[in-house]
Amino acid sequence: MIISIASGKGGTGKTLVATNMAAALGEAELVDCDVEEPNSYLFFPDRDLVESADCGLPIPIIDDEKCTRCRICSEFCAYNALAVFPQEVLFFKELCHGCGGCAIACPEDAITEGSRAIGKIYRAQVGDLGLFWGELNLGEAMATPLIKEAKKQASGDLILIDSPPGTACPMIESVEGSDFCVLVTEPTPFGLYDLDIAVNVLADMEIPCGVIVNRSGIGDREIYRYCERRDIPLLLEIPFSRKIAELYSWGLLFSREMPEWKDRFVSLADRIEELIG
Amino acid sequence: MKQLTVISGKGGTGKTTLLASLAFLARGDAVLADCDVDAPDLHLLLDPEIVETHDFMGLQTARIDESECTQCGECEENCRFEAIKDFQVDPRHCEGCGVCTLVCPADAVSMVDQVSGHAYVSRTRFGTMIHAHLIPGEEASGKLVAMVRELAHEVAEAEKKDLVLIDGSPGIGCPVIASITGADLALIMTEPTLSGVHDLERIVGVTLHFGVETLVCINKYDLNLEVTEQIERWCQEMGISMAEKLPFDPGVVDAMVSRKTVIEFGGPVADAIENLWLRLRPELQE
Repeated sequence: MIISIASGKGGTGKTLVATNMAAALGEAELVDCDVEEPNSYLFFPDRDLVESADCGLPIPIIDDEKCTRCRICSEFCAYNALAVFPQEVLFFKELCHGCGGCAIACPEDAITEGSRAIGKIYRAQVGDLGLFWGELNLGEAMATPLIKEAKKQASGDLILIDSPPGTACPMIESVEGSDFCVLVTEPTPFGLYDLDIAVNVLADMEIPCGVIVNRSGIGDREIYRYCERRDIPLLLEIPFSRKIAELYSWGLLFSREMPEWKDRFVSLADRIEELIG
Repeated sequence: MKQLTVISGKGGTGKTTLLASLAFLARGDAVLADCDVDAPDLHLLLDPEIVETHDFMGLQTARIDESECTQCGECEENCRFEAIKDFQVDPRHCEGCGVCTLVCPADAVSMVDQVSGHAYVSRTRFGTMIHAHLIPGEEASGKLVAMVRELAHEVAEAEKKDLVLIDGSPGIGCPVIASITGADLALIMTEPTLSGVHDLERIVGVTLHFGVETLVCINKYDLNLEVTEQIERWCQEMGISMAEKLPFDPGVVDAMVSRKTVIEFGGPVADAIENLWLRLRPELQE
């Protein structure tokens, strides 16, 4: 079973839910796909790092001797990553998606492919819990290839995916293939607006979803009306509490510190399993 | 013209709440740009009246002409984005590279333009705002951010405004880079949590990498004074100025619910943001 944890709006508590659920379940795998700002591993200071590896993207290597400056490669490149000048061919690595088209298009066979690292993939273990996360190198723009690679690492029966915020390509890549998606929101106008976008994306992807309202008690009741109207199961409410906020700020898991919450996260997983059927 | 971008590595640290307040305090002197094209929320507070709509053409998408396709499988084999399955293109995965058109022996694949989002020029009670919406799942959010900034620049010139206030998106990737390149000042919002600190360190790495002058603002600083102190020490070591510390104030959410900026609503955070503005304004003068 693959459960992803997503949200339209940032900072609603995706990582809070993913880490606490993972800790409560114990025997699972948690993949942090927020490779721009991966945080889930920080909540497991007792982790043992098992493995780390560079994640590479293919790049063209141009043989200057063979290149006739015909410009076919730069005209083909949809990302403007190549510019051909009479003296040399310039390659802008941050723009390259690694499609390999330039090497195919080159009539002189002057382009071969190499690889460059855009980030790292890590694997750690905390008891029976496997932790995986990707970390994008600073200054790199493209998160999706790293997300794809991070997701490939997990293979267990129960996989939790901590998705990046938003509903653009990094979120789609993260939640794709999930059996269920938990949307974490807050009961505010921003929370509702962004939740609606995420709900529609998941409907389009045919992934069933449910909602967790974090910081319940603040804001207004619109989120609840929305869930009722759209027939989306309300899975859990996490009240706004100084204690939970403080534990989180120290990087502590409230499901470990407050035993009643461990039970709630275990029941949450059961409920999701029921909903998937 | 000066450009200030409010960003944060971590989401939900109060970027939009702050930017809307600065928009109020600029009193019509600034053009506003919401560059969080993926989850734009500024419009919820500013209640814009759309004056102009622009189509955003993102990357092209491959289309296979079934009547020409011989089902040889070359396209699927060569596509690095797993966007072709059973001789069908999955537009969600297609990155518009065009490799399939190169390798198709039957000339059955073509690249087609598509509207990937919209950009809007709107009137608000604080002046003109440029905002956008990326169609969910689309690539090229950075390109749409660039389009919003370009429109904001044009409008600022036409209206003779010397300031553009930009609301950025969370993270450190493509849209964030597009929202800070060429900006005069990046104001990073953070919060005193372990995640906040970690994300701050990474986003500062990015602003320094692109050589953008950086200021930090800690939101809800009194939720954990020890971590706040840790952030202050770190900023000092890095030579980054602390712009302001905003206290935790339940009125911030109440303001949002009544669709007002924090300044219009009043309270301790409003006072702190006014201080912040007094500090920022001289740096944003021509």
